[in-house]
Amino acid sequence: MTDLAILAVQPEVKGRSLWADARRRFMHNKAAVAGLAILILVTLLCFGAPYLGLRDQDEINWDMISVGPNWAEGYYFGTDQNGRDLFVRTLYGGQVSLIVGMVATLVSLVIGTLWGATAGFIGGRTDNVMMRIVDILYSIPFIFFVILLTVVFNKSMVLIYLAIGAVSWLDMARIVRGQTISIRRKEFIEAAHASGVSNWRIITRHIIPNCLGPVVVYMTLTVPAVILTESFLSYLGMGVQEPNSSWGTLISEGAKSMDIAPWAVVFPSAVMVVTLLALNFVGDGLRDALDPKDR
Amino acid sequence: MSAPLLSVSDLKVHFDVGRKRLFGGGTPAVVKAVDGVSFDLKPGETLGLVGESGCGKSTLGRAVLRLLPLKGGRTVWLGQDLAKLDADAMRGLRREMQIIFQDPLASLNPRMTVGQIIAEPLTTFQPNLSANDVKARVKAMMAKVGLLPNQVNRYPHEFSGGQCQRIGIARAIINNPRLIVCDEPVSALDVSIQAQIVNLLMDLQKEMGMSLIFISHNLAIVRHISHRVMVLYLGKVMEIADRDSLYKNPLHPYTQALNSAVPVPDPEIEQSKARIVLKGDLPSPLNPPSGCPFRTRCPRATEICAQEMPELVSTGKDHMVACHHAGPPHLN
Repeated sequence: MTDLAILAVQPEVKGRSLWADARRRFMHNKAAVAGLAILILVTLLCFGAPYLGLRDQDEINWDMISVGPNWAEGYYFGTDQNGRDLFVRTLYGGQVSLIVGMVATLVSLVIGTLWGATAGFIGGRTDNVMMRIVDILYSIPFIFFVILLTVVFNKSMVLIYLAIGAVSWLDMARIVRGQTISIRRKEFIEAAHASGVSNWRIITRHIIPNCLGPVVVYMTLTVPAVILTESFLSYLGMGVQEPNSSWGTLISEGAKSMDIAPWAVVFPSAVMVVTLLALNFVGDGLRDALDPKDR
Repeated sequence: MSAPLLSVSDLKVHFDVGRKRLFGGGTPAVVKAVDGVSFDLKPGETLGLVGESGCGKSTLGRAVLRLLPLKGGRTVWLGQDLAKLDADAMRGLRREMQIIFQDPLASLNPRMTVGQIIAEPLTTFQPNLSANDVKARVKAMMAKVGLLPNQVNRYPHEFSGGQCQRIGIARAIINNPRLIVCDEPVSALDVSIQAQIVNLLMDLQKEMGMSLIFISHNLAIVRHISHRVMVLYLGKVMEIADRDSLYKNPLHPYTQALNSAVPVPDPEIEQSKARIVLKGDLPSPLNPPSGCPFRTRCPRATEICAQEMPELVSTGKDHMVACHHAGPPHLN
């Protein structure tokens, strides 16, 4: 057997990709891993709430109106002024808040990445026009925009998703465009051009994977921002409608009776703060893992 | 003489670097990176491209591959004018022409495995090839350029500079191209690796019969690999000749100066040889000298040099020079 033939039958060596390296670094970051665990726990609890054998979110107990936490009766967070289980309502509210966060982030990821990468890659006049569109959308006052939408189309959850999604991709587009411009001149892009690879394939196979680092980080920061925005809208009464709830509406209602029933505002706020904190830790961990140069 | 693979005539690449104002106007400024270059490249031939930094070597290499827009001139590929091809036809032709870059690591996508990188030109032109065939071709190619085929799943950052350059070469040759532009492929490598890569390129050329355009500022390497050599200065051809003719009998004062700067691995010869030291720096390409661009640093410059650019004239078999005072070095 020739040397070559021997080489050819040797088992393939598994390479360690940059992603694998980043995963390893992330797993060494205790705060980030703890954040991820909390996040998973909160998500599971919120979306598993209907299957946990808990009360319904609109089940009213006339004997337990505005009582504090009562472990014996299973009211872990107490009840609100209508006698509904606050723990259950917090979990159901979490569903709405998390879905808003994820939907808006997904929208921003897909639209923002493609928009930014296209603008940055093509450059010139196309870039100018595309980014001016972003600037114009950016300059529309968000709250005004939402109020207008709710006036025209009535209040609905879909509208809130749409409105938040419509503005959250703008930042992403800017970030991705900046990244793309810095990558576009790299030699491996030129090599792809020289190999006859089409522009679309260059964008999807070469440019986007290489600007995904900052994108992933920015994504984890978008989720809390969107959850806060939704809470803010709900607090103003433009978000979720009864009997549904979100963390924002719960806090808003709790705040009204803060002096007699503090638990109604403390517990939902605490859950939200913990979740956002966990998200931020995960974001920090991802940034450190994907960009080890910056440490 | 066989028909040329590539025939370039009066090629011009200009970069607009002027500042533009929002509503038109502004200061126009143009860098003539390549200004009226002509040459023919025969199949299986290596053309060396030498010159100082910023003289337009790399620009010329990229312009030939149409990776840059041309200002003027024609590039004829096997009788076909490349300027007349639309984008799709041009993309089809890219199978035949490839490029190898100076920075080996930067020319490989860090997020792709070596196998994916090498396979990309192949899958671009033969999308119906089965995954197994692609893998077999990639592995064969890796063995050919001296890489271990079992490392197909590794990533570029796990290889050394010389190995990365071999990956770049494997990617360039996987479609059996007829022309490879080598843009300073060895200047980022250390000397022992340089020799390996250059010899690899020469072996591959012998085996596969492709033409090379070899860009370098290392005259010794160019002498080793090239059949013909072209000397560029500020985007213009100073001298183009057969390798032996150019190195033994340079006629342009600039070529002579370059040649005298090549170190000789013998201290006695090195110390006793006469060096032609050029005064000053390369003039700004934004504002090149009138007439012959080299006249500001040329020991032979006279009045006529400031007035007109000398034509590239033939002075013998396969030897052309653009100088009003062309002649052997003792004239200096």
